[in-house]
Amino acid sequence: MDKILVSPNPHLHSKTTTAVLMRDVVIALLPAVVVSVVFYGWKELLVLAVSVLSCVLIEWSVTKYLLRKPCTIGDWSAAVTGILLALNLPSTTPWWVVLIGAIVAIGVAKMTFGGLGQNVFNPALVGRVFLLISFPTYMTHWVQPQGLFGVDAVTGATPLGVIKEGLMQGASVPELMAGHGYSYSQMLFANIGGSAGEACAIALLVGFVYLLVRKVIKPWITLSILGTVAAVSAIFWLANPMQFTDPLFNLLTGGLILGSCFMATDYVTSPMTTKGGIVFGIGIGFITLMIRYFGSYPEGVSFAILIMNSVVPLLNKWFHQKKYGRA
Amino acid sequence: MARRTFSIGGVHPSDAKISRDCKIEVLPIAPTVYIAVAQHIGAPAKPVVAPGDKVKAGDVIAEPGAFMSAYIHSSVSGTVKSIGPRQDLSGNIQTVVEIEVEGDEWKEGIDLSDTLVTDIPEDPKAIIEKVRLGGVVGLGGATFPTHVKLSLPPGKKCEMLIINGCECEPYLTSDFRTLLEKGEQVVVGTALLMQALGVDKATIAIEDNKPEAIEHISGIVSAFKAKGGKYEGIEVLPLMKKYPEGGEKQLIDAVMHRQVPSGCLPIDVGAVVDNVCTALAVYEAVQKDKPLVENSVTVTGECFPKQANLMVRVGTPLRYIIDYLGGVPQEAAKVISGGPMMGKAVANLDAATLKGTGGLLFLTREQTKRMPESSCIRCGKCSEACPMGLEPFLLRRLYKAGDMEALEANAAQDCIMCGCCLYSCPAGIPLLDIVSQARGQVMGIMRARAAAAKAAAEAAKPKTE
Repeated sequence: MDKILVSPNPHLHSKTTTAVLMRDVVIALLPAVVVSVVFYGWKELLVLAVSVLSCVLIEWSVTKYLLRKPCTIGDWSAAVTGILLALNLPSTTPWWVVLIGAIVAIGVAKMTFGGLGQNVFNPALVGRVFLLISFPTYMTHWVQPQGLFGVDAVTGATPLGVIKEGLMQGASVPELMAGHGYSYSQMLFANIGGSAGEACAIALLVGFVYLLVRKVIKPWITLSILGTVAAVSAIFWLANPMQFTDPLFNLLTGGLILGSCFMATDYVTSPMTTKGGIVFGIGIGFITLMIRYFGSYPEGVSFAILIMNSVVPLLNKWFHQKKYGRA
Repeated sequence: MARRTFSIGGVHPSDAKISRDCKIEVLPIAPTVYIAVAQHIGAPAKPVVAPGDKVKAGDVIAEPGAFMSAYIHSSVSGTVKSIGPRQDLSGNIQTVVEIEVEGDEWKEGIDLSDTLVTDIPEDPKAIIEKVRLGGVVGLGGATFPTHVKLSLPPGKKCEMLIINGCECEPYLTSDFRTLLEKGEQVVVGTALLMQALGVDKATIAIEDNKPEAIEHISGIVSAFKAKGGKYEGIEVLPLMKKYPEGGEKQLIDAVMHRQVPSGCLPIDVGAVVDNVCTALAVYEAVQKDKPLVENSVTVTGECFPKQANLMVRVGTPLRYIIDYLGGVPQEAAKVISGGPMMGKAVANLDAATLKGTGGLLFLTREQTKRMPESSCIRCGKCSEACPMGLEPFLLRRLYKAGDMEALEANAAQDCIMCGCCLYSCPAGIPLLDIVSQARGQVMGIMRARAAAAKAAAEAAKPKTE
């Protein structure tokens, strides 16, 4: 002992760092990543690789050449954004479209605000929505999962897209469901058209449970989104089952699981308090259904989350932690 | 059944009680002791001895400087060498009485035998007076003069006495060992405190990481019930281990499901909280006429060669204790007086122990180094952890903006300095450092405002002449 250290208390730290938390999110996403590669094959692997690598590289170059600050890619948050962006795209997305998505996600939605912790909107969702508006053809052209070595022959719309289009042509929901042979077990385990991350709800839920067990996130936001979607769609469906899809269908399609478990629970862009989080979740659930039922897009989770992201500062102002010994 | 605990926040650091099996061992008396005159909250005591005076252990060497103060007794027998300034463990200058030790003679009338005296005196005032004369102060950390706590303000009534045996700080085991080795005395001390407060209910709260202590004290309490009187109202309550359960406000919430309003005292919700070691000191002061001149100190740390719980005379130099156990290990980077969450880092190993010194902890650089600070990721872990329900991330932002009004509105002054926010922050932001600055400034503003309001009220009074 040569020198004696002196500092204010506490003298211990939990050892849970930002990097540990973000790495846990990556681990939680692995089941979905593996399943998506198994279903969609090497093309999905390419999308994932381009997305993650470009997100990390863009963050590295922005910190090094523009901000001239210490590099922040070691916190794993760019990798998380990369994986989430890839899981939000169809496996057939060309690599340069993925690259543009990554530039918008990290470069525009994250680094312009000052990097991790400063951004208002979820970077991966900003990237996805930018691509959805700019390249609708690539973004709505879904391929049915064909397996690792399959040839992608069958292309088509997502279940929500099929229903939306069918309804516009005058068909009813039960006819369309039966006509396309959609079953809930199929949606739960695999094999519905959609972006790669939507393919298997179970894989996403496994990751979600991992995050809960590791105490990375609390379940309230997710439960409040799912609960709202179930409750509101139940009301519409009971009122008119010909016109409106049922609650289970709404829960299992359109990236709701991916969005509610991994995108809406993003620390930076969600409220700080549990109460705020529940209101945030109710808002997301409600807006999602309004877009699905009455909007022009077949799904609506991304837009709903981004809209509610913008309300977060207000929710943080309104809702505070219950303080000890104060009314 | 899930055990009771406090309702807001808290963290779960590893309890690391590696010295739990070490019996309390009496430390040989140091050749020279340095007894500070300010060992408690309130006014420092006034020395009543002069250099050259001969003193015995238990002799008064300093008298209370005010109501909110305490007697200081010599912890050894010997000759007063000097009374003057000396650096305390933080390096601040304090007045100390230096005594060169000669033998170990005690003042007459002090009962040093092990005989247990369980009869409780009738008169509460007599108990409080003996506590005052014994120089007893709270040994849970705050060193609040115990006789002041026992003298209830007019109109206040105590509904429950809580004896704090939580010892929620990691590493520390001196309360635990006291419960195991001096359990009977602690229970009698509890009854004495009940008598002094005029209360019929007392709860000895112990965290469930100390099952031996829970079992031992429960056995004593049920055996003593037969004695009747105050002993009938004592209960043992195991609590779920969670830091900072031993915090006064948190403990009242856990035991009584009541919260002390901001700016109020525990007695405002009918509670008085005392530490187990305080109960022991009360027992010794009242039943044995033995003032508070020694206390148990845990000396521990993974890098420290020998774990120990020592009975140490007040004023023993830290270096003497450390050398007795084999010296400071090479790997140790920080020495902490107290526990790792709220203890003070020692800047001066030549400083001497105080009445409230409960532990000496050695941590390596690896264990105690602070992480590099990165951006806040708004995870909210700090406000989840805060046992006062504050929002440290928000207080930090407001402090940086210099918004004192908003800091007060967001209760920065309620911070209890437990360190849960900094402990749990994944971005390594020194939250407590910032919040404690904010707290100090807000409290200063509140005091200045109160003083100004008082002065204005004085001035507005019509002159009676």
